[in-house]
Amino acid sequence: MKSAVKRVISMIPVLLGVMLLIFIMLRIVPGDPVTVLLGEHYSQETIDRLTAAMKLDRPLLEQFISYVLGVLKGDLGISYVSKRPVTMMILQALPYTVKLALMAAAFAWVIGLFAGIIAAVKENKIPDRIFMAFSLAGVSVPVFMSALLLQYIFAFRLKLFPITSDGSILSMLLPAIALGWNSAGSIARLTRSSLIEVMQADYIDTARAKGLKRRSVIFGHALKNSLLPVITMMAIQLSSMLSGAVITESVFGIPGIGRLATTSISNRDMPLLQGTILFTTVVIILGNLIADLLYSVLDPRIRSQM
Amino acid sequence: MDEKNVLEIRDLHTSFFTEKGVVRAVNGVDLNVPEGKIIGLVGESGCGKSMTARSVMGLVRYPGKVESGSIRLDGKELTGLKDQDLREVCGNDVSMIFQEPMTSLNPVLRVGHQVEESLLVHHKVNSRKEAKQEVIEMFNHVGIPEAEQRYSCYPHELSGGLRQRVMIAMAMICEPRLLIADEPTTALDVTVEAQILRLMKELCEEHGMSVLLITHNLGVVAEICDEVYVMYAGRIVEHASVFSLFDHTSHPYTKGLLSSIPRIGKNPEYLHTIPGIVPNLLHLPEGCPFSTRCDLALERCRKELPELNAVGENHECRCFEAIKEG
Amino acid sequence: MNDNNRTSLAEIGEQYGPKEKLIRMCRQNRLAMVSAIVIVLIIVLAILAPVIAPYGEAQQDLLARLQPPSAKHWFGTDELGRDVLSRILYGARVSLVIGIIPSFLSLVGGILLGLLAGYCSGWIDYLIMRLADVMLSFPSLLLAMAIMYTLGRYANSIICLFAALSLVGWASVARVVRSQTLSLKETEYVEAARSIGVRGRRIMLRHILPNCIPSLIVLYTLNVPSCILAESTLSFLGIGVQPPAASWGLMVNQSKSFLFTMPWLAVFPCLAIMIVVLAFNFLGDGLRDVLDPYLENR
Repeated sequence: MKSAVKRVISMIPVLLGVMLLIFIMLRIVPGDPVTVLLGEHYSQETIDRLTAAMKLDRPLLEQFISYVLGVLKGDLGISYVSKRPVTMMILQALPYTVKLALMAAAFAWVIGLFAGIIAAVKENKIPDRIFMAFSLAGVSVPVFMSALLLQYIFAFRLKLFPITSDGSILSMLLPAIALGWNSAGSIARLTRSSLIEVMQADYIDTARAKGLKRRSVIFGHALKNSLLPVITMMAIQLSSMLSGAVITESVFGIPGIGRLATTSISNRDMPLLQGTILFTTVVIILGNLIADLLYSVLDPRIRSQM
Repeated sequence: MDEKNVLEIRDLHTSFFTEKGVVRAVNGVDLNVPEGKIIGLVGESGCGKSMTARSVMGLVRYPGKVESGSIRLDGKELTGLKDQDLREVCGNDVSMIFQEPMTSLNPVLRVGHQVEESLLVHHKVNSRKEAKQEVIEMFNHVGIPEAEQRYSCYPHELSGGLRQRVMIAMAMICEPRLLIADEPTTALDVTVEAQILRLMKELCEEHGMSVLLITHNLGVVAEICDEVYVMYAGRIVEHASVFSLFDHTSHPYTKGLLSSIPRIGKNPEYLHTIPGIVPNLLHLPEGCPFSTRCDLALERCRKELPELNAVGENHECRCFEAIKEG
Repeated sequence: MNDNNRTSLAEIGEQYGPKEKLIRMCRQNRLAMVSAIVIVLIIVLAILAPVIAPYGEAQQDLLARLQPPSAKHWFGTDELGRDVLSRILYGARVSLVIGIIPSFLSLVGGILLGLLAGYCSGWIDYLIMRLADVMLSFPSLLLAMAIMYTLGRYANSIICLFAALSLVGWASVARVVRSQTLSLKETEYVEAARSIGVRGRRIMLRHILPNCIPSLIVLYTLNVPSCILAESTLSFLGIGVQPPAASWGLMVNQSKSFLFTMPWLAVFPCLAIMIVVLAFNFLGDGLRDVLDPYLENR
């Protein structure tokens, strides 16, 4: 338990660092936030009032502290363009991204584990080569390419799916595959190498000497050990999918978190960009934390140290 | 030697087909393990003794392969069996203990489960409950204290000696005819080593089980073995009863091994070593493999491989000099 | 561990020197060798682009717009009548430069900071590694987007890409170098060097760094394709390389509106990206098999 608490505490400086960097970014970008927010024709008085309200006349440190306190209260600022609270916009976009990420992760896990296990069992034989070539291709293809390809073939040519997504399960299938494709590749590769490594361990000999058949050795003894790193990777991948599939969402027109990021850049909407980056980073940090904790729950050697 | 043999190995060849050539790890080994006896198999690391054991259990890994020869367990031929048929035999009629108790147990499974798996795959019990009962009994039997609690421990929670006892329990639980112990005490403390050896000897006598004990420690051999095979560069070079081996050591290699054991009171400043190193198994010298390191080697030794010939009662040796003397 | 097969195989392994290993890799891993050849070929094509490209990079022919592949325009033409093949050849320059230079910058930065963190320990280590944690916590694409956006008005888009991709990449290099430094610091020869009074900087550069090189080569080879992918992705979103320069990702971006009617506009640049990235990945994989001691034993 002690090390779990320690691990959680160690996140605090990282989170502060993240907020500091995001804060600095806002300062570097040219353009006074007040004039951007108000537009052109406003009296000096209004500008001063708003400056004071946004605490832009205070020292930088004080501004940073009030930014951090605001974030802790869930206040990520107001969008320049829509004039709505950024927190609200993120919460509205979140369900789409969650749905997409869960479907993509499910696809990646099933395909990746299956291919990885088969490849390891048939090491250096034809199925192994085929799966590994596919998975390397999966890692090497840019997401926009697989997304466009799927869209062209299955939505435009075969008309099996809608071209853009409206949030229904059916319309999310293609985006989920496009997004999960890369992850499936890396899961397959990690599963394979980890399983092959575990199969070299001494306890595999023990299991075979005991009279276990190949299948029981793999599923009863090897897989449990080899999946430890894979499960960590899965947790990290899920969190990075949750942190916004910028490309997939932009190709299929899904109004999720990734979409917020792209629109905020094209609209020069700094608070929105900051908010989405902060939100996604927190998701990733939490994902890494969960991955670590999961690992220690699953591995009895680490569990006993906690 | 007209006793019944549990294990008979005839002209076994196990080789590794590497890029650089064929490594003949086991190069024509003949070996008998009689019923109820403890047989030692001695040699330096890399001489093929572990590979001989692994060939019996079908544990030779790619690119290694049992090329030819015969391995009979109670008259049943094991070479050429399909892997799944060999698994029926392993753990049931013959089982094996490994050198490293630290790495030979699966770290993520409870030790009780790992032991009872043997019972379950060989259908020795009808239910898990029964299996657990038997495992706990066996734990008590091999001297694991607090057997009930240990049943649900993970390997890392046990000491090295306890883990090796778990390994022994695992190997013994199906009451095999033959136990192959591959350096079972090398990784353990000397005090624990003695305990484990005594346990193995007791179990052997109790159950009428035979043991093939692989070791590089002649002290261990003297303590518990009935007969000894000495192996060098993939071949048996000497075979004798324990007493005969220590009293009438014939092969120059065995003599070297014996004189390299440090002994209290015997000129402690000088410890004998065998000059040179084990020959590269890829490029074995012509003739006797030991000829490159042997003080007595003659022209003939470098050209011709000596046969394993009787040099006394129950004593065979693969050396031209020894035959002359005998 | 006393399997004599392991001992004897290890003995045989010892006889290979690094050069022999490389030759052995080439023989065994044909894929890696073919990939190396493909990479060299693409580099040559990129260098020679002005000589071999049939048309200029931005040479427009408004009478021959959006043509399908033909003998005159092998890969067709885009909406401004520019030859797709020529643009792909010129685009190779952008993609390769953006693959190679930021990876190199982040490699150098990561090595320096990683060595410093691993060797000095204490608060320097803490500061550098927390900074690395912070950088690695950001979603890399979003971070690169934000950096592009922030720096976008101060510098040329390609310089911005260099900055963005190196800032994203150094942290993972630093982590690798630091962990290796930590373990190497404890070895006898470093202790020995320190005991005879060798200075810290010399120990780091002469004794520790050379031991990290094999894994750094692998890391670099695998970093190049991820930079190329990142560049193409940013350009695809319209925040990477700015027109009229040609970049493969930008070409796909510009073909978006004609995607369903004139797919070749997107297909050829996509294929180019895929081939280059695959080649670097295969090469990196092959090098890892040879150079990474952890994997070599498999």
